[in-house]
Amino acid sequence: MPQVTFRISRGSTHQDSQFVDYQTDITEGMVVLDAVHQIQEESAPDLACRWNCKAGKCGSCSAEINGKPRLMCMTRMDTIPTDQPVTIEPMKAFPRIRDLVTDVSWNYEVKKRIKKFKPRKPDAPDGTWRMQQVDVDRVQEFRKCIECFLCQNVCHVLRDHHKHDEFSGPRHYVYTAALEMHPLDTEDRIKDVKDEQNIGYCNITKCCTKVCPEHITITDNAIIPLKERVGDEFYDPVRKLFRIFRPGK
Amino acid sequence: MSRTNISLPQRSFGETSRIDAWWSQPLIVFLGLLAFVVYSTWAAFQGAHYSFGAYLSPMYSPLFFEAYEHAATGHALFGDWPKWLPAAVIGIPLTPAFLILWAPGGFRFTCYYYRGAYYKAFWGDPSNCGVGEWRKGYRGERWFPLVFQNIHRYFLYFAILFIFVLTYDAFMAMWHAPDGMTYAQAKTDSVLNFGIKVGTLVLIINPILLGGYTFGCHSLRHLIGGFMDKFSGNSGRKKAYDCVSCLNRGHAKWAWASLIWVGFTDLYVRLCSMGVWTDWTIIG
Ligand code: SF4
Ligand code: SF4
Ligand code: FES
Ligand code: FES
Repeated sequence: MPQVTFRISRGSTHQDSQFVDYQTDITEGMVVLDAVHQIQEESAPDLACRWNCKAGKCGSCSAEINGKPRLMCMTRMDTIPTDQPVTIEPMKAFPRIRDLVTDVSWNYEVKKRIKKFKPRKPDAPDGTWRMQQVDVDRVQEFRKCIECFLCQNVCHVLRDHHKHDEFSGPRHYVYTAALEMHPLDTEDRIKDVKDEQNIGYCNITKCCTKVCPEHITITDNAIIPLKERVGDEFYDPVRKLFRIFRPGK
Repeated sequence: MSRTNISLPQRSFGETSRIDAWWSQPLIVFLGLLAFVVYSTWAAFQGAHYSFGAYLSPMYSPLFFEAYEHAATGHALFGDWPKWLPAAVIGIPLTPAFLILWAPGGFRFTCYYYRGAYYKAFWGDPSNCGVGEWRKGYRGERWFPLVFQNIHRYFLYFAILFIFVLTYDAFMAMWHAPDGMTYAQAKTDSVLNFGIKVGTLVLIINPILLGGYTFGCHSLRHLIGGFMDKFSGNSGRKKAYDCVSCLNRGHAKWAWASLIWVGFTDLYVRLCSMGVWTDWTIIG
């Protein structure tokens, strides 16, 4: 296979970065992360990139390949055009540490503020619970999340409007939905979803769903159901009326 | 939310490293929706050619009154345009279409799929995924007026009623007036004859596509079972939820198919009524 040009964004901040071109040989079966490693070996030993598993499971190697948020280790070279330079950039919605590495710690802070799992009293005297598979089917989809934060990166509320202070982002709606829909959970997070996580900023453009490497149907299965639950509690005039007349409920 | 000092550069409009034709999808959506809005607004203003024999255009159904000074078509529920309703408001003609179009119009406008689609195509919010926006400020659906998108479920209730109305219209499209008689006359005299024509099929397909769209609504999915955290012990609800979920997976496709077909059905009825198209008989 031929020599391919990679146009890699380098720098220690987004504001102060530049593209540098590197050539390397591509052989059959290579993924973009292999090419980056080869470039480190051949011509740029100081090129920073983060990775761990090379199996699409640790969520470390998130980047933007030809402008699309992808895992570098899961993007095969034969799926992208190589007759023109392949651009590789770091995620844009988080501060850059260096080259392809960004600081995603904001996500961990946000997650800490979401109310934790609060199970009902154990079903059995030995302190265990009983659940039916059918009751956890929905939640299991959300548990596939590898926290690559590609969905956060592509979401325009963070990426373009920088609402990091107000908006928790799709990854955290997936997390909240997993807790809210859990058959054992007794906590109520709906008010927080509206007022703290500000789900109203999401305009359901589904970019998060499109980039999720775990194929989680983020918008349809997590965000919209949460928006509907917020609707039940805050935007349904008839339900509000019922609540006035049946206060205890 | 957590306060971390995140300082990121403001991206400029259209800024992207994408090399695919990212503009093509929003452009198609823009042109498609614009074409429908222009056509349906024009059709609603006509107040004529909204029925042809047994067929009633879905843009005029249910037909409460005939259009102002329009001859009886046999479809109006309450007869002629009433005296207490003005024929025009500040010079803009009022037709029977305007009495009902707010319901399907509002349903589509507040539909989760269309919202995502027109925010991209019309507002550039964003134009496509990973493409820089032209606007600096952003309020999303948190404030007036877009916070009203949350009443989608109320439009859903009307939309379900419309499915019944349009199914009735499809059934009535199988019963035609004998030659030499107007449909209104034949209906009053109860002398309608069974027959399947091309128009009958057009009117039958319409509620099927609309049903696929309406019964795959995200709000319905929530109301029918999605609000629950536990399905076990309630297999009826689970089945209903699965059915809606199944239609919901293709919601965008149903949305387009039903939209195009509503427009086409109106066009078919209109052109037959104008004598441009001939309504061929298949059976009967
Ligand atoms: S659907 Fe909502 S959360 Fe997902 S990318 Fe779009 S705005 Fe962000
Ligand atoms: S939801 Fe998908 S895209 Fe988002 S962090 Fe999890 S795995 Fe990544
Ligand atoms: S290296 Fe682990 S997901 Fe790519
Ligand atoms: S979400 Fe599309 S019709 Fe309700």
